[in-house]
Amino acid sequence: MNKIWIIAKRELSSFFDSLTAYIMLVAFLGFSGFFTWLYGADIFLRNQADLQVFFSIAYWTLFFFIPAITMRMLAEENKSGTIELLLTKAVTDWQVIFGKFLACLVLIMIALALTLPYYLTVWKLGPVDHGSVWSGYLGLILMSATYISIGIYTSSITNNQIVAFLLAIFIGIFFHIIFDVLAQSFAGSIGGFFSYLSVSTHYESISRGVIDSKDLVFFFSIIFLTLILSEMRLAKRNIAN
Amino acid sequence: MDIILENVTKKYGAQKAVDNISIHVKTGEVLGFLGPNGAGKTTTMKIITGLIAPNKGDARIGNFSVCEQPDEVKKLIGYLPENNPLYPEMPVIDYLHFMAAIQGVEKSKIQERIYEMIKLCGLNAEKHKKIGELSKGYRQRVGLAQAMIHDPQVLILDEPTTGLDPNQIVEIRKLIKELGKEKTVILSTHILPEVEATCDRILIISKGKIVADGTSENLRKQTSGRELIRVRIEDGNRDEVIRQLQTLDQVGLVDPIRGIDNCYEVQSRNEFSNRRSIFQLCVKNNWMLTEMTPIETKLEDLFRDLTLN
Repeated sequence: MNKIWIIAKRELSSFFDSLTAYIMLVAFLGFSGFFTWLYGADIFLRNQADLQVFFSIAYWTLFFFIPAITMRMLAEENKSGTIELLLTKAVTDWQVIFGKFLACLVLIMIALALTLPYYLTVWKLGPVDHGSVWSGYLGLILMSATYISIGIYTSSITNNQIVAFLLAIFIGIFFHIIFDVLAQSFAGSIGGFFSYLSVSTHYESISRGVIDSKDLVFFFSIIFLTLILSEMRLAKRNIAN
Repeated sequence: MDIILENVTKKYGAQKAVDNISIHVKTGEVLGFLGPNGAGKTTTMKIITGLIAPNKGDARIGNFSVCEQPDEVKKLIGYLPENNPLYPEMPVIDYLHFMAAIQGVEKSKIQERIYEMIKLCGLNAEKHKKIGELSKGYRQRVGLAQAMIHDPQVLILDEPTTGLDPNQIVEIRKLIKELGKEKTVILSTHILPEVEATCDRILIISKGKIVADGTSENLRKQTSGRELIRVRIEDGNRDEVIRQLQTLDQVGLVDPIRGIDNCYEVQSRNEFSNRRSIFQLCVKNNWMLTEMTPIETKLEDLFRDLTLN
């Protein structure tokens, strides 16, 4: 655990040293703030004291921001050869993968924590359904964790950050929207299958305040599956064939 | 800690990068790993550090098997990879702190170790700079500091002196020799004088196989059955001198040295010395012998002999 945190801490400080973190935070808060408070079907038009508007904006902004922060995680280490350095230190491949995963998750959680003033503001404006706000945040965190693990996997299979980014978007878009669209065009069990694969189905049911084990199982299985694949990718060098 | 390799083979596809190598390096030995590019030096080092697994055989550090107890082995090894990869965005001191923490150096000792390494590697003026801003030589020092930060029993250095200036090279060699007294060091290099200066033992590897193993004197003896001298003979006709020299019983080969007048490289036949007879020849012909310098058989020649075929 300690080693995981050491790796995560290094990644986080490199986010903040290289401005990635600040750009990401400013852009995330800017976009979601603009659309939540100022533009289009904003929170005032909705005339309800909740954060549904923010959650549906964040659903898309995070989708694009997450690959941008995960793309360099392993791709850059593969390219510069520092991965060799890291893997010959007294850490396991798992600790490396988890450390990187944790660093991205913490950065996303910082971004989400900075939107808590939205919550407080809405609270001032009217009676808030606290449960649905917190479950909305939980939904965003689970969704983020899913895309982070996908991003880490795509980053592990290449040494080119752009490829890692595009591949993460490509894989992510299926979960994000394509499976949902397919679910609507197919009836019966095929439709149900696509609907189960869609992140939006599970995200919506959690952000509505229904925390079902079915949804948690979905998110955690994608996270673990992709992290296992990333670990296997690292361990591949080490398999005598 | 001894490093023991037993029948290690590593294939990349059909090509054998390392072919059935067995090495035993004892504690307190500095082993120089020589070989042309692509001979398998780096692969062997990667196997010892546990980065890649061999197809056959095993490497052991002390009593720990690299394949079966990689976590134990990693703690014992300090490794400077080829090309010295570093995190350019990190300041030197943070980088060393990270490396110490990740290698499991106790928290209370980390600061002390960092300062020791900074002093040892001469990084004091650069310690707050980002690694990306450093010159190649300083980066190399950071790489060395990183490899030694947890005071490892075994040091694996892949071309440790590339990019250093001559003064730094001397310092680093001295440092490696110093370290080699208590620890086991394996270093690879293309630079032959370097191995002679730093290593107790030299291992030449070619196409994945060990082709020579021994101290530099031992290896030199293998080629030094013949004596090589450089002579300068004046007042004689060039072709005549060469012809006459070649008639001597002890002389094997005569080569005029290009660019310098009246200078010849003379190689004796095996187990003979040709100096006296050359002198007498000069006296007989009334030539003026103005220079006679024995040339030491060079490791370079042995290296080329062994690796060119």
